Amino acid sequence: MTFLAGPEGPAAESGWGHEHARKGFFTDTSICIGCKACEVACKEWNSNPIDGSLEILGSSYDNTGALGANTWRHVAFIEQGQERIDEARESGRKLVSLGMPGIGPKTSGPRGALPAGDLSTADRTAPDTPEFRWLMSSDVCKHCTNAGCLDVCPTGAIFRSEFGSVVVQEDVCNGCGTCVGACPFGVIERRDDGTVSPRADRSEGIPHEGTANKCTLCYDRLVDGEQPACSATCPTQSILFGDHEDLAVDAQERVRDLHGRGMTEARLYGANPRDGVGGTGSMFLLLDEPEVYGLPPDPQVPTKSLPATYAQAGIAAAGMLAVTALAFLGGRR
Amino acid sequence: MANADLIVIEGSNMAEAHPVGFQWVMEAKKRGARVIHVDPRFTRTSANADRHIPIRSGTDIVLLGGVIRYVLENELWFEQYVKAFTNASTIVSESYGDPEDLDGLFSGYDPESGTYDNGTWAYAGDEERIARGLPERDETLQHPRTVFQLLRRHYARYTPQMVQDTCGIAPEDFEYLARSVAENSGRERTTCFAYALGWTQHQGGAQMIRTAAVLQLLMGNMGRPGGGVMALRGHATIQGSTDIPTLYHILPGYLPMPLVGQDDFDEYTRAIGKKEQKGFWADADIYAINLLKAWWGDSATAQNDWGFHNLPRLTGAHGTYQTTMRMLEDGVDGFFLFGQNPAVGSANGRMQRFGLSHLKWMVVRDFYMIESATFWRDGPEIESGELVTEDIGTEMFFLPAANHTEKAGSFTQTQRMVQWRDQAVEPPGDAKSDLEFMVDLGCRIREKLKDSTDPRDRPILDLTWDYPVKDNGEPDAEAVLAEINGRHLTGEKAGQPLASFGEMRADGSTIGGCWIYTGVYADGINQARRRMPGPDQDETAAEWGWAWPANRRILYNRASADAQGKPWSERKKLVWWDEETGIWTGHDIPDFPLTKRPDDPGDPDVGGAGALSGTDAFIMQADGRGWLFAPTGLVDGPLPTHYESPESPIRNPLYEQQSNPTRVTFRSEDNLSSPGAMGPGGEVYPYVFTTYRITEHHTAGGMSRFLPYLSELQPEMYCEVSPELAEEIGLEPYGWGTIISARSAIEAKVLVTERLAPLQVGDRTIHQIGLPFHFGQGSEAFIQGDGANDLIGMNLDANTQIQNSKNNSCTIIPGRRPRGAARRELVVEYRRRAGLVMSEHPAVDGAEGAPGAGPVSDSNHMEDRGPQEAAAMPDGESTIKEMKNR
Repeated sequence: MTFLAGPEGPAAESGWGHEHARKGFFTDTSICIGCKACEVACKEWNSNPIDGSLEILGSSYDNTGALGANTWRHVAFIEQGQERIDEARESGRKLVSLGMPGIGPKTSGPRGALPAGDLSTADRTAPDTPEFRWLMSSDVCKHCTNAGCLDVCPTGAIFRSEFGSVVVQEDVCNGCGTCVGACPFGVIERRDDGTVSPRADRSEGIPHEGTANKCTLCYDRLVDGEQPACSATCPTQSILFGDHEDLAVDAQERVRDLHGRGMTEARLYGANPRDGVGGTGSMFLLLDEPEVYGLPPDPQVPTKSLPATYAQAGIAAAGMLAVTALAFLGGRR
Repeated sequence: MANADLIVIEGSNMAEAHPVGFQWVMEAKKRGARVIHVDPRFTRTSANADRHIPIRSGTDIVLLGGVIRYVLENELWFEQYVKAFTNASTIVSESYGDPEDLDGLFSGYDPESGTYDNGTWAYAGDEERIARGLPERDETLQHPRTVFQLLRRHYARYTPQMVQDTCGIAPEDFEYLARSVAENSGRERTTCFAYALGWTQHQGGAQMIRTAAVLQLLMGNMGRPGGGVMALRGHATIQGSTDIPTLYHILPGYLPMPLVGQDDFDEYTRAIGKKEQKGFWADADIYAINLLKAWWGDSATAQNDWGFHNLPRLTGAHGTYQTTMRMLEDGVDGFFLFGQNPAVGSANGRMQRFGLSHLKWMVVRDFYMIESATFWRDGPEIESGELVTEDIGTEMFFLPAANHTEKAGSFTQTQRMVQWRDQAVEPPGDAKSDLEFMVDLGCRIREKLKDSTDPRDRPILDLTWDYPVKDNGEPDAEAVLAEINGRHLTGEKAGQPLASFGEMRADGSTIGGCWIYTGVYADGINQARRRMPGPDQDETAAEWGWAWPANRRILYNRASADAQGKPWSERKKLVWWDEETGIWTGHDIPDFPLTKRPDDPGDPDVGGAGALSGTDAFIMQADGRGWLFAPTGLVDGPLPTHYESPESPIRNPLYEQQSNPTRVTFRSEDNLSSPGAMGPGGEVYPYVFTTYRITEHHTAGGMSRFLPYLSELQPEMYCEVSPELAEEIGLEPYGWGTIISARSAIEAKVLVTERLAPLQVGDRTIHQIGLPFHFGQGSEAFIQGDGANDLIGMNLDANTQIQNSKNNSCTIIPGRRPRGAARRELVVEYRRRAGLVMSEHPAVDGAEGAPGAGPVSDSNHMEDRGPQEAAAMPDGESTIKEMKNR
């Protein structure tokens, strides 16, 4: 077994066997309408407490701030002017010319949709750059191929599921918080407070208090053959759930389609298995640089350098042993 | 909508208010459709549109009138469609006078009452022939009094320059919209319009919708896939509560409520539809008899006009706001409140709460203790000291209600599709469904009255009120659906459900609670409960739910084929005439007599469906045509005409007449309006504000502000202002601002955003302020905030009695509002500056050209103003607009 997961995928590499297809999300932010139904469905299903102080955060329509112990789906709102849109179009175009998906009109109808009408007469000219835009994007745990949180967990509370997702077992977690610093995306957090129930009935207490919490890819729903709550509720299919392999193909095709329409700002995030976390189970189609959405441009799993570190430590240890041995040997002389 | 090539969303924030329906807009977009959003604000809908066109609130008729002119002047209208299916060729009476001639007024205006006599808007020709749907026509459209020529003349001044000077829309944006509509209409392509409360909530809002209808008819976009004017309703099943109404002026199936003095049943039904007229309203008597028979069963007989005398009679308008005025005059003793929160959700919240304090008793049925249930102990007037809890005599009853997951029933959505929901969980505690409550209330009242000999109790005692009740006390909702559907009473089919309204009889042998819903329970099966997945059926998806009438998915779909009955194009094929089998067929249920040939001339002697010709696609109209010009049906004119909102800071650029001359208002110190551009003092309230809803909350907050998961998403009341206005006023981003109107002052967090852009209108810069209306003051909800509706006056559209929420005037200052009595003092101080204090100016009502004041040229003097109706309310006289045109 290699230390970092390879082409077989994380589930297989974790010993689940090859019959388990890796599951994941493809979040297409180009059709997100910012309704936050994913946030609410997630909290409803998982009984997660609310975040925050019930005050306007000062970040457009976003009042939950970021992913954390309680918010496992988070919708970002970004208001941008024309200059920034032009830059995004240019950077996206360059990404594609660097070998990302090629440009060309899409030939088949949209996935899972009704049969497409005849588009032969549809206007395919590139739209003018708008003067203003409002980006919305639903973020979620990336379920990394090489997951820092899982690697560092000292209690074994975090495990790789048969779906390739990364899941915390609250009854094992001791709340040490080591995982929090190991996530390159800042996703996992310890739950310390919050409110779940309406005012009329607040006696229930907070579930999973004091343990590390994050998206489970709705593990409890997947084992019952259901899809996660967020993707099930998304009204525009901006959040798609499915086999990672298929979603990756869809995602590439969607970028190609958007570029064909002149929306060269479109690019994928998390779909590159050669990135610092070995690719992610949750892929995103973004319309600007990842930083704009609060995503790290080049995430690195902190344990990535462990083999090299161990090797160097090993060499150093061997050297020290050798020196010690030499010293003893020398001392006998 | 998924079939449209262009979707124009105007007067709606569909992505935020109808996110589930918006999936079809996104679907259309995926297929290559263009989406244009016209709105004062850049919203989440704009974010997903190809272009957002900012507009000055309330000027939609100028924009769409401009597009109408554009397609007429450039010969881009769909000639074959217009000639075949619309009343373009119909000649209008010589006595008709257009706003072109009368400087903004139509002929027939009575300045005394502020109403129109629509007699002069009639078609020309022999009255007998008009009654049979055969008015004079000129098929060449050249006669100067054809509807087509009137239309051309009426919109001649709605030029791109006028659009710019009125709407603040750049010529380039106008051209983009107009060209998009033109290029995406015709044989091969269709355009769809979607609107919501952004059109209806204006004084003249009904006419905004009419403008879209005129344009869609001219472009041939009615009755076709991807066409139409989509009315996005305000909540789940608002369509259903119009079909089977919770409204005062109509009965189920759009039959009008009779008026005082309307005692002859034949006269009543003939006023709806005459036997000799064309189309399906000719059977209005049958629909009415079946309804009365459903309600009063055996006691409804031919001898007693089927119990017609049992129906209450209208003395005038009895809408929400007339009722509020009656409350304030101690004219209402008791009040049932179901799923509504007027203390937060109705215009002029202060008057609403004062009104409630005048009641003797009030029943609130809701999920939580909403502000309307607690105003007497924690409302804003308690804080200010204007109301004292101990002095309020209203006895309050709060009865917990079951929500939609806790009871079975139906939702009818915007496509007229009835969808059944099953009960998912039992309601908690004492919560009960509205159905159980109403049935039980009826039973208890009937029990109390059972020995009564008073004739006025007969209608209640004679009602059929025998719904089967399940073990848990819940009546069977499907039994109600079956009653709505109707059934045979006699003959070999006795007891069987009606299959269609065509089976209804006028002899008392059938019943049906709502003729347009007949078929929803055909074969004894709840058709609304069908849920065949989309991939398992064709695109029409006729086996998902059930759409009235007759499970038809697109109304007037005869128009999807040309005059000869052939589809306009392969791409937009829906319903067509099959010569071989001799019937209309296609992908949808044809909305036409099935065997009537396209070349059938119609038989005027028989009336009804038989009188329709093979091209009379608009089968509900008495002339079989789509109405570009509406001779009846609207109280404020047969053609949409632009007026400014009463508080507008702009003089009407089109006519001398400033505001809609039929609009309704109520005279009260608490309901004054800024004079706007029409008098001194308007400059005290220089900014326009418009209210709206957001995805995270539900209307007055009863279903969202009491829930933590929704509350945290938008936790505080806010206002949206442009960076330019923030700079001008000195507003800090995410700091506080106080918004002051002639009615109230509220505070809100300030969102400074480029999503609101100032508009250049003539030589003025217009700033628009956006305010969500979900917040209210109380102590029970998770989150509180000042209510935007407190700022709004009770000023209504005369067609619909809907308040103008979308275009009012205010000023804004930095910081929080004063507390206690000082809040009112602040409002009065600004009013005094604007000359709006009745004790100082006894005649002032702040509204130029208010009903009774006549055209603006005669009404510039304050003493000439004064709406009559509110003052006349106490004696109960019917001084509200005449009802005959509704």
